[in-house]
This record gives sequence, C-alpha cells and structure tokens, in this order.
Amino acid sequence: AALKGELRSQVSAALKEGRVTPTELCQRCLALIKSTKFLNAYITVAEETALKQAEESEERYIRGQPLGILDGIPIAVKDNFNTAGIETTCASNMLKGYISPYNATVVQKLLDHGAVLLGKTNLDEFAMGSGSTDGVFGPVRNPWSYSKQYKEKSVAKSHSEDKESNWVITGGSSGGSAAAVSSFTCFAALGSDTGGSTRNPAAHCGVVGLKPTYGLISRHGLIPLVNSMDVPGILTRCVDDAAVLLGSLAGHDPKDSTTIQDDFKPFELPNLNDVSKLSIGIPKEYHAPGLSSEILALWSKAADLFKNAGAKVVEVSLPHTPYSIVCYHVLCTAEVASNMARFDGLEYGHRSDMKDSTESMYAATRREGFNDVVRGRILSGNYFLLKQNYEKYFVKAQKVRRLIANDFVKVFRSGVDILLTPTTLSDAAPYTEFIQEDNRTRSAQDDILTQAANMAGLPAINVPTALSERGLPVGLQFIGRSFQEKQLLTVAKWFEKQVQFPVIQLEEIKRHDNDVFQHQKSTSFS
Amino acid sequence: MAARGCGGVWRRARQCGAGRPGPGLGPFPRGQRAVACNAKGGAVPAGKSGLAPWIPVVGLEIHAQISSNSKLFSGSQVQFAAPPNSLVSFFDASLPGTLPVLNRRCVEAAVMTGLALNCSINKKSLFDRKHYFYADLPAGYQITQQRVPIAVNGSLSYSLCIDNKMSQMVTKTVRIKQIQLEQDSGKSLHDDTRCQTLVDLNRAGVGLMEVVMEPDMCCGEEAAAAVRELQLILQTLGSSQAVMAEGQLRVDANVSVHHPGEPYGVRTEVKNINSIRFLAKAVDYEIQRQIEELENGGTILNETRAFDFKLGCTVPMRDKEGKQDYRFMPEPNLPPLILYDAKSLPANMNHQQVINIDWIQERLPDLPSVKREKLVEQYGILPEHSFTLLNEDGLAEFFESVVKQTQMKPKKVIGWILNDLLSYLKQHSLTVKESPVTSFLLADLLNLLEEKKISSTAAKQVLAELWKGEGKTPLEIVKEQKLELLQDQKELEQICQAVIDGQENE
Repeated sequence: AALKGELRSQVSAALKEGRVTPTELCQRCLALIKSTKFLNAYITVAEETALKQAEESEERYIRGQPLGILDGIPIAVKDNFNTAGIETTCASNMLKGYISPYNATVVQKLLDHGAVLLGKTNLDEFAMGSGSTDGVFGPVRNPWSYSKQYKEKSVAKSHSEDKESNWVITGGSSGGSAAAVSSFTCFAALGSDTGGSTRNPAAHCGVVGLKPTYGLISRHGLIPLVNSMDVPGILTRCVDDAAVLLGSLAGHDPKDSTTIQDDFKPFELPNLNDVSKLSIGIPKEYHAPGLSSEILALWSKAADLFKNAGAKVVEVSLPHTPYSIVCYHVLCTAEVASNMARFDGLEYGHRSDMKDSTESMYAATRREGFNDVVRGRILSGNYFLLKQNYEKYFVKAQKVRRLIANDFVKVFRSGVDILLTPTTLSDAAPYTEFIQEDNRTRSAQDDILTQAANMAGLPAINVPTALSERGLPVGLQFIGRSFQEKQLLTVAKWFEKQVQFPVIQLEEIKRHDNDVFQHQKSTSFS
Repeated sequence: MAARGCGGVWRRARQCGAGRPGPGLGPFPRGQRAVACNAKGGAVPAGKSGLAPWIPVVGLEIHAQISSNSKLFSGSQVQFAAPPNSLVSFFDASLPGTLPVLNRRCVEAAVMTGLALNCSINKKSLFDRKHYFYADLPAGYQITQQRVPIAVNGSLSYSLCIDNKMSQMVTKTVRIKQIQLEQDSGKSLHDDTRCQTLVDLNRAGVGLMEVVMEPDMCCGEEAAAAVRELQLILQTLGSSQAVMAEGQLRVDANVSVHHPGEPYGVRTEVKNINSIRFLAKAVDYEIQRQIEELENGGTILNETRAFDFKLGCTVPMRDKEGKQDYRFMPEPNLPPLILYDAKSLPANMNHQQVINIDWIQERLPDLPSVKREKLVEQYGILPEHSFTLLNEDGLAEFFESVVKQTQMKPKKVIGWILNDLLSYLKQHSLTVKESPVTSFLLADLLNLLEEKKISSTAAKQVLAELWKGEGKTPLEIVKEQKLELLQDQKELEQICQAVIDGQENE
C-alpha cells in the first residue's frame, strides 16, 4: 500500500482540508529523495527553494486562496529545462554549473500554479539516449529493481549473481523523472519527448507518460534536441493527474512561435461508461522485430479488452513505419548538429583552457564538454547537411517524414479514433546487459515504437498495464489525433481503470507512508 | 546577362584609380589595357589595337540594417554606439532553450523595400540556418532566408552622368535578384598585442535586409550610382537609415572581367567598403587589377578581397577556414512567414496578426524618382538639378521652402541653392540642417535682390555675412554696409558730383 497520487480527488482535497500541509508534503518528498538517493534520479535537489515555495503555498491555503489543484504539489523537472537560479546541466560537462537566468515557460507555469519545485532530474546527456545511462552524473536506477515484486520474481532466481548487478535501467532519456514519480519522491514530473523519451521510461517505470501534440505546450526554455519533434512530456502516476498537468501547461506562448494560436481550455476527464462508439486501431507494423512474446500477448489482451467492452477493434496499416528509424536518425542528427553549435565556450558553459587560437579553443571545449554520443551525432548531422549530401539525406528524410505523417492521417480519416500499440519491445533490461550495446543501436531499437508519433506530431500516452514475468512494469501506448488530448486521455483513463496496474512495493516508501491517503489494494492485470 | 553600357565612365574612373594618375585617354602606363565603354553599351577597345577588349561585370550584395526599435527575433533595443553588450537579450546571446520570435516591423520594412524595388513579394517565405563558427555569432548559425526569400525579381533604376557632365545623364536599370531577411552578427574586436578578442553583441540579431543585385553594372561609377539611389529609397521609406559610416548599409561587390562573347570570368568579392566614394574606387581598382593580372598571363582566384581605403587598393583577405560549407538547414523554430493581400486576406483574421501587402503598397511614400519628376514639373528646373536636390538630405525641402517665401522664379532660386548654399555647406562639411542660413533668411535675401534693392554682387556680400550666423537679417546687413542700390536719380547725381568735385580739388 502506498500513496495514490490522485491530485484532484485526494491530495488537493487533503491540502484544502488541512489534513496535510504543503510543507509536510514537501518535507516527506525531500526525505524520500534522500532515502532513495541510490536511484540517482535527481541531479540537483533544490531543498531550500522548495521549502520556501511550500511555505508560501501554505500561506495561501491558510488565507483560503490556493492557486488551484497544483498549489503545494511537489514536482520534479528534467534537467534539460531552464530553471532560474537552479543549475541546469543536461547531464553534460558542457553545462555543469550552469545557472540559467530564466525559467522555461512550462516551469514558470507550474510555479504560477503554486507547484513546489523539488529539483532537477537525471537524463542521458542532452537527452540523447534511451536508457538514462549516458549522462555525466551516472545512470538512473529503476525503482522497480528494488521492489518486492521484482525481488520475488527475479532476484531470487539469479542466486549466484551479486545482487548489485541485477538492477534494471529506467529507460530514457527522461529516466530521472520517471524514477522520481515511480518512487513517490514527487507527484508529477516534466520530461521531454523527442523520439519517445517520456513514454519509454514511463513504460519501464510503471508510470503514465504523456507526449502531447507538437505545438500544444511551449518549448521555450527546453534545451532542444530536435526542435521539430521535441515536446515537453508529462509523467504522473495516473491519467487524471496527467490531465491536470496538461491543463496548467498547454496553450499559446508568445515566446514559442510554434505553439497553437488558440487558447487551451483545461478539462476534467469523464469516466467512460460506454466504449462501443470507439474505434481502436491496431497498427500491424508495430508488431516489430524484437517484440517480446510477453508484450505481444499483453497487447492482444488489451485489444480484446476493448473488443469485449463493445469497441470496434480494427487492424490498420501504417506502411511507412519501418523507415521511421532511419529517417529519424537523419533528421535528429542534423538538428542536433545545428543546435549544439552554440556550445562554443564563449557565452556560457564549459570553456577549455586551450588558448592557441579561437578555433582550437572551440575544438577543445567541445571535445571536453560533450560525450561520445553527442559528438557522434554532431558529426553525422553535419555530414547529412553538407551541400553535396543535403538532397540525398536531409531532403529525402523530410519526404519520408511526410509519408509517415500521412500514414496516420489516412488511418484516422478511415474512422479510427485511437491507435493501440506497445510502448517498448520488452520490459527493462538490467544495466549490465543494456550497456553491452552502444547508444546508437539501443536508441534505434528502443525508439522504434514511439518516435513515429513525434514525426507526425501526434499526442501519445504510455499507460502502465501489467508486470512482466520478471516483476517489471510493462506499458501500452495510445496514439490519438492531433490536439485530441481529451479523447486520448479519456480512453487511456478507461483502460487504466480496467487493468488496475499494481502499486510498487518499495521499502523506502513504506517507511515514509502516511495514513493521510487512503490505502489502495491493487489487483494485477496480467 | 551582358554587361550594360558604361558611357565613358570607365575612362574617368581609371583616373581616380588609386595611385594611377594619368590622362583619361592617353596611352596607359605600365602596359595597362584600357577599357572604355560607349554610351550605348558594349565594350570597345582603347589603346593597343587588335586585342580583344575587356568587359567588366559588377554585381552587388547590400546589407541594409532595418530601422526598427527592436531586433529581428528578440525584444532587445536597436541603437548605434550603445555601451558594449548593453543591448543583449537571452536569445541574442544564444542562451540554451531560447527561441526566435519574428519582429513584425522588420517584415513590414522588407515588404516596403521590396515593393519600392518593384519586386514580387512572396506570400510564403521561409527561414534557414546558415552555419559557421565565429566569435560574434553566438548560436553558431545565422537565421537567414536562403531558399525562399521575402521578395524576388525586382529592379532599380538609377541615373549617372557621362564624363562628369551634369548635363548628360543616362538612366540605367539593375535587376534585383532578391531581398532576404536575416540577422546581423555581433562585432569582434581583435587585440593583437594582448592576443584577445573582445565581443560586443549589441548588433547581434539586428534585422538586416540583404539586397542582391544581378551583375548588371560594369564600373565603379554605376555601382556607386545604384547604391546611392538605393540609399535614397531606403531613407525615403524609412526602412533603413542606410548610413554607411554607421554600418547601416554595407556593400560587397562581386567583380569579374571577360572578353565579349566569352563566359564571365572568375569573380572576386570585395568587402570592407564603407562609403559610396570608396565603392567606386574599389570596384574600378579591382577591375583594373584583374585586367592587368590576366593580361600578364595570370589567373583570377575566386577569393574575398578587402578594400584598403588608405592605400586605395584591394588586398586578399586572410581566409581562415578555406572554403566554407554553410550546411544550410530549415529553421525549425519559425513557421513559414505568410503574407496576405487584399484578395487572400481571411475575413476573420485579426488585423494585428497579419501583414497585408496591398495595405503597405497604398501607403508607400513618393520615391526619389517620383519626387524628382515632380520637382522638374512643378518648378521647371533641370532634371540634373532635381538629382542634386535629392542627393542632399533636406535640400529639396529647403529649396521648396525658399521658393514659397520669395517672388523669385524657382529656376533662379535653384542657382543660389546649388551654387552658393551647397558649395558653402560642402566646403564646411555641414549638412543642410546645420546651415547657418535658414531658408527664411535666404528667401529674405533673394527678395531684396528680386525687388532690385540690392545688386547680385551685393547679395553675395550679404550672404557671406549671413554665413557668420550672427543673427542679423539680410536687411540689417544691407543697411550696415550700405549696400542698397540707389535708384533716386538726384541722389546719384549728387554722389557723382561729389566724386567729380573731389577730383578737381586734388
């Protein structure tokens, strides 16, 4: 049993009724962060400012003027969002010690809603990776590695091996945020999602991970990976919470010209009673090479669930999906090469001591500041952008991207409301196993089911579905129509209710457990 | 396109070529090949017979800083000579996570300029990133419009006089390839003694219009006349202050030479030209240099050269990184720039959010060519005088103001303006606004002359007194110095008698 973080119905009510104060909430989270330090989920814990924000929130509650559901709610933010006064590192030597003078729009919005910013979460360097293993601050450990569920099913079997080597990765690149939400050290976290970086770790850590439609949430202040695909992601413990966060973050931002012009109306999710009018598409191409039989079984079970409830479930085809990865690789590295050009050591960030010439200073700064993954992508991106290669690679990749986007348009036009797919090929790999392959190979494999949604700019969400045979979380992904977040989340909420994903059983959480919140018995879906 | 006519200008240009004094038409020293173009166009050989003549080809790339309160993509102020790094936003310094937001005023200025240069305005234009590493380019790329610029296919008519005779003016046209919006860079100051580079980002991100002219010119004089006309247009529109000395107008010249019937020669790019006078010099020097080089069996390198105004010649610029590949890429943070006209304007669109090309077109001020025509028509002055009037900032207004205040015919007034006022101002390096003699005072003086109260010699004397700016009126000066014309016969007779008497007494 643990805290069930339903912001709207539980935490917010408890705060309003004074059953718990923002300061107590904040302190409990800070204590939990300390006791789960071994997860390496946080790069920076902003204890002082968090407590101050909690105090201010508390005063608002005392005056009876809270700013809304998020007032006093402890949240965490991936360390590639700018936070004024708190270090923003991108888990890179390049930005170690960098303190931004401004808040990202999403951070500012959360603060404006009274949220308490606990700290900055770990990631792959500049969000380039799918394991949260390639940051300068070391890998993030999946909280489920230490859960009763995993220990019982998995660790017991591998009696010969040393316990330490059994921990599994979080997925990435927003692994720190996923781990933070999953281990109850915060109620919600911001991630970023370029090719699956929010949904992938959400799946591995058993939390909800929402990638909104491109343009719905401002990117201003998010240190970019691929501008044309990046979106701030939302990680929460339930679909309802994701809707609350979305409501406070979405809408036009004059500082980001790619955001929608119209205002966004926050919504509450209805409880779906009847799914018979829904048409769920099962894209056959997502039956990708390497998909574990366990996940495949879970996927069909989920499809049956909809069918049995009266929904129309149809197999659909997104024929250009297989080209997605290579196309993504070209577009991603090209933009990376361009976006990383600003890190030259002059205005901010790391600067090498090399003083022979400006050029040698640039070269040394960038060699010392970036890891191999980042440098590799810069190199290939610049190659694709060379005059003689531009047409051959970049322009072609853009065309393929259009075809991929059109695949979705056609399917949705055919009457399908939501697509149901797996989020990952398998459950989380043990770290020792994961690092056998290089970042490039891993990213190509791990993004395969998620990044087409980024190519097309569509909203997609990971919903934790069940535990694998090894006792690790497995999630399924729903992909919706552009700007139809409400429909997407409504269906996701219905599904979430059906599957009753189990709560993580973690010693550390138990110790901090508090009877303020109702204990919830969980039944497993698998 | 073949080089257009260059009426005799080339000969004269040679004369002022740096360090090359000599007669315009005589045999050229040091075996130089002469090039002369006749007024109808086409090169003709001069000097040694039997050798093919050279046709010089000149194209220009002009960067005009947009006159706007804030920068192209950020809210920082635009101001010349502000303290270093005092006008730098987070975006200008390329802080991670910042995004460009297009400045509406800059777009309007570019549309205005495009319309004034007879361009077709693209209803949809795009922004691109141009990559290179440089200390004053914080993002490592410049946002520009490489693929689809805001305006294309225009033309600019300009006039120049033949053989330096104001009475022989020809009008020529240069095609405008495109106008693109782009960011300015910052400034790097190299301190060689201390091995330091100081960077000032005040200018970084200021809006520029790059006006690309086709190689339709063939000598420095033409290039200079075209740029001067462009400068006047920009200043009339207010789209740029276009002061070359303040770097608001920067001209790079592409120069090549070839024989008639042959393809264009290898071109060089001449940079670092900071006045219109130097533009003519630099282009002519470069043409001559290329001809000499080729005649001596050499080759022309496709290189960038800087104009050294002290030496009056062009020198190769240190090419730091060899040939650059700018790795152009679409700017992903800016949606396509969509402009509307009366037809395409959506009814329900907020007018604050859209730019209507027709609306801008209707509000374009009179361009210099129209102003000149009006001056000629209204006042009966010579066309060449209308050029001079417009060439000096405020002079046409001064002239019109004087005309309004006197009974003197405009044709006569213009003489006083051009010969007396202008030459005095030039001598003393004053602008029209700084003139100690206001239009009111000059009109006053001309009225005295027109009413035959003073002679024209006396008028000049009064004017000389007026320059001192002591606050006296022309009439006061006339009285003080007793310069009135005597029209009373008796009085004249008395004076004459007195003179005669004086003679007799001696």
